[in-house]
Amino acid sequence: MTAPVPPPPGGERRLHVLTPLRRAWVPIAATAGLVAQQGERAQEWALALPVWLRLAVLAGLVLVFGTYGFLSWWFTHYAVTDSELRIRTGLVFRRTAHIRLDRVQAIDVTRPLLARVAGVAALRIDVIGTEDKDELAFLAEPDAVALRAELLARAAGFAPAEATALGEAPDRELLRVTVRDLAVSLLLALDTWAALAAGLVGPVLVWALSSSPWAALVALLPLLGAVWKGSAARFLTGYDWRVAESPDGLRLDHGLLDRAHETVPPGRVQTVRIVEPLLWRRRGWVRVELNVAGSKNGILVPVATREAAHALVARVLPGADVAALSFAPSPRRGARWAVPVWWKGYGLAVSRELFAARRGLLCRRTEIVPHAKVQSVRRTRGPWQRVCGVADVHVDTGAGNTVTARLRAAEEATALLYGQAARSRTSRAAARPDRWMA
Amino acid sequence: METGTTGETDRPAWAGLPGGLLSLRRLLLVVWTAVLTAATALPLGLLAGAEWAALGAIWLPALVWGWVLLGRNWRSWRYAERADDLLISRGVLWHRETVVPYGRMQLVEVTSGPFERRFGLASVQLHTAAAATDAKIPGLAPDEAERLRDRLTELGEARSAGL
Repeated sequence: MTAPVPPPPGGERRLHVLTPLRRAWVPIAATAGLVAQQGERAQEWALALPVWLRLAVLAGLVLVFGTYGFLSWWFTHYAVTDSELRIRTGLVFRRTAHIRLDRVQAIDVTRPLLARVAGVAALRIDVIGTEDKDELAFLAEPDAVALRAELLARAAGFAPAEATALGEAPDRELLRVTVRDLAVSLLLALDTWAALAAGLVGPVLVWALSSSPWAALVALLPLLGAVWKGSAARFLTGYDWRVAESPDGLRLDHGLLDRAHETVPPGRVQTVRIVEPLLWRRRGWVRVELNVAGSKNGILVPVATREAAHALVARVLPGADVAALSFAPSPRRGARWAVPVWWKGYGLAVSRELFAARRGLLCRRTEIVPHAKVQSVRRTRGPWQRVCGVADVHVDTGAGNTVTARLRAAEEATALLYGQAARSRTSRAAARPDRWMA
Repeated sequence: METGTTGETDRPAWAGLPGGLLSLRRLLLVVWTAVLTAATALPLGLLAGAEWAALGAIWLPALVWGWVLLGRNWRSWRYAERADDLLISRGVLWHRETVVPYGRMQLVEVTSGPFERRFGLASVQLHTAAAATDAKIPGLAPDEAERLRDRLTELGEARSAGL
């Protein structure tokens, strides 16, 4: 692998030469599926043909798909200008995506297993309202890393010449999840066992009821998918999870087979969720999840001690002090009748920077939103809640999720509604600019 | 135009909705009740005898009840423009109150359906980056709707903030 040559600024570039192989996959898979479906007929039909014709058909198919892959590669260009990333695709239907760099939420380098073997990587750019198409797949690995660094540097407001020369900003490791901790945490999570139990009990139940092993098999397949997602897939994505700090945000590297390299720029996080499953609490472990507008990254760290998690949250939400939050429970008088037993899990804390709501008795979830990220505030009250003298307060954020403080006393909820609106306004005025390093 | 204040703003000056929306909804209620009554009474009268057609009257209590409910619901709708945010309050049994800061508005929409136009009504809807924001004021007079739209747009630009 040679060092990437810095291309002329503003010039158009192409994707990696191996990309056609990936593009050609789709029609090849479709044809294979068709042949498999038609099975015997296709075989009969093929056997009826003379050998040379069979070879010709095969060659024709390879040629057609190869041409398709080649053309789609040939007509895909990307260019980086001062303010935007331009991706031009399409032979018949042309499509040009202009991605404004100051609106970029995050840039991830992903390396699926096959791509790792081939030494290429995909670059995914998260912008609000973006489609899946807005990714550059594939680039040579060093190119992908260099381009990512360049885009981030430009988005942060560095001059173009500086941006290419700067390279990837250095990082400092904050946290690394050991394989043992990850495995133990998954074993202690009830949902892993629930998935496993469902995978075992479901088919047996279907078998017993329908007395047909085929029905059980059919039921087993989707369940196996769920079991896989709930256990092994979580292990594979969480393997060797590393959180590092760099000037352009927090870096997340993780994955056993598919390596992902994600960046969470500061100031783009809308909500943080701290999840504490029942069996983790004795060990003081938590999982931290994130909501970034326009991004699919969901997890900040799969398992960490509470102190480490709080330190990480303070980096993601600058100025946030989660440990100092003191949660006030719902008023016993009304809440007891509105939601029996489970009302004990509800809690609310409002600090100078944060609005935090807690819920859940067995698996405790704490959702935290900075005042500056609040889009609108709502207070709702149903007839039964009215009788009990309680109300819910919802805080809506831009990442499409809502943090709800449930069952607050009626007067408190009203004060909270107006107070939250005022707090969001004042902290918005003090919020950082969009170019985060400038 | 007032400038942004940082502390608690003044007490909201609530405004209700004009009567047009109530008339429209009540008219629709009467029409639907009439249709339902006819659909119940006619087949019964033709098939089972004229006295059975009186069963169509079961819809009358529904009409009275709906009439009262619509009135209560209409009275519960109110909105207030404060210096920095818009307040919308509505609902009798399920009461909801929404606060949308002007700086968070992405889009203001004025819509008017065929029935609404006939009654001289228009709705104003505010969109923020959060899909859950449900800030819609129905049944405004078109002049008021346009005034509100212009004012909200102006204030939204003046107090604009990113995500």
